[in-house]
Amino acid sequence: MEEIWNGILRAVELIVTLNPEVMEITARSLFISFTAATLAAAIDIPLGGLIELREFRGKRALVDLIQTLYGLPTVTVGLLVFLLLSRSGPFGSLELLYTPTGMVIGQMILISPILIGLTISALRGVSPHIRDTAISLGANESQVIRTIIKEARFAVVAAVLIGFGRALSEVGVAMMIGGNIRDYTRVLTTSIALQTSMGNLETSMALGIILIGISMILNLSLSRFQGR
Amino acid sequence: MAFLEIRNLRKSYGRAQILKEINLSVEKGEILGLIGPTGSGKSTLLRLIDLLEEPSRGAIILEGRAVSGRPEKERIAARRRMAMVFQKPVMFKSNVLDNVTFGLMVRGEGQAEEREEKARAALQAVGLSGYESRDANTLSGGEMQRIALARAIVLEPELLLLDEPTANLDPRSASAIDSLLQGLAGGRTAVILATHNMMQCRRLADRVAVLVEGKITALGESEAVLGQEERNGTSGWKVPGSDLPW
Ligand SMILES: Nc1ncnc2c1ncn2[C@@H]1O[C@H](COP(=O)(O)OP(=O)(O)O)[C@@H](O)[C@H]1O
Ligand SMILES: [Mg+2]
Repeated sequence: MEEIWNGILRAVELIVTLNPEVMEITARSLFISFTAATLAAAIDIPLGGLIELREFRGKRALVDLIQTLYGLPTVTVGLLVFLLLSRSGPFGSLELLYTPTGMVIGQMILISPILIGLTISALRGVSPHIRDTAISLGANESQVIRTIIKEARFAVVAAVLIGFGRALSEVGVAMMIGGNIRDYTRVLTTSIALQTSMGNLETSMALGIILIGISMILNLSLSRFQGR
Repeated sequence: MAFLEIRNLRKSYGRAQILKEINLSVEKGEILGLIGPTGSGKSTLLRLIDLLEEPSRGAIILEGRAVSGRPEKERIAARRRMAMVFQKPVMFKSNVLDNVTFGLMVRGEGQAEEREEKARAALQAVGLSGYESRDANTLSGGEMQRIALARAIVLEPELLLLDEPTANLDPRSASAIDSLLQGLAGGRTAVILATHNMMQCRRLADRVAVLVEGKITALGESEAVLGQEERNGTSGWKVPGSDLPW
């Protein structure tokens, strides 16, 4: 018990003294997952809009499939992306394995079902009269999609925040694709795993507290958003 | 060749035939009143003309060319010559100015300042000057209806479709809108005014089509058709308990 208490004190010390390594790992974690969430949003939000707006065969099955992929096991995505990026894989020549770029790609894949699915749900909440009004005023397909996304903006931003949170807290892709390389691909989650296994509980706890803190802030802003 | 022609138009939802063999034509500078009881198919007909839905049979013809049943690109081009005010208008989650400039923006008309200037003029025309920065969704039903009208007339459409545009308005605003519509006519706009208000129809329409259960039962000069309807109620659609004058 005392060990835990001391660990917490030391962890807080590492945080308030802005320990360079802790800060760097935190910044890298935020940067990689923010990049993944932003790029995924740029693709997935319009894609969700297109799926929601168009009528085509198999639409319901597709939406169902997307929703079943929300809980995609992170290690499975890690494995899949590993196979794609490994030297003998189809994208091996790009040499993205064990790079931050590889991690961004992996996290984008991981959170895309959530982003697309939650975007579709968000857009379903927009009245069909809004769609008719936009079309009647002369909007073309992409203008209609932009309009209904704008109408559902709070729910859509919430979807991106949820995706960002999932990317930030996952460990499978970060470990398998990033490889936890010091000063390069080491992020909060992989670092916590490593430090813990090395018995370095203080650093581990400091990073854990930071991760919890970020996640709490994220969820707070999320509930603020969803209240709108 | 009429500006707008509706030829042998039918619309069914499942097995329910909502519109049956509609034939109509409208010229620019003319207001065609479309009168009939609730449920007779007025809104459906306007939606078909605005190309929001495809007819089951027949065609919408603009200056001799069929615009229904065409690829979306052509339908957008045709739609951009029209404007519609829905029976229950909805506002985009934004201020009034954004709502009124929306159509100009998606149609790629003018620069931002130009669009704003036009929007201000349209707002003035519907009696809502000074509403520009108000949140459109906090307005009353009547105000929304007038914003919707401004949103349509700002486009200077060749064909204006109005679905009960004064239904939510108090008598004073309604008569203000009526005079605005009168001003529009005679110009380069063709107007179709769907209403169940015979008085309004009489005041505004040059010609009247009576729609009952999806069929046009009478069509002609306002006075003649409405007078006939009034005298012997041939269409038999007098609404029980209505305060309408016949
Ligand atoms: N999308 C739809 N699906 C099924 N029935 C519809 C649909 N839209 C309209 N109707 C039916 O068509 C009839 C005519 O409706 P509408 O055009 O709104 O009449 P009006 O505007 O004259 O009151 C009504 O019986 C209505 O229930
Ligand atoms: Mg109606």
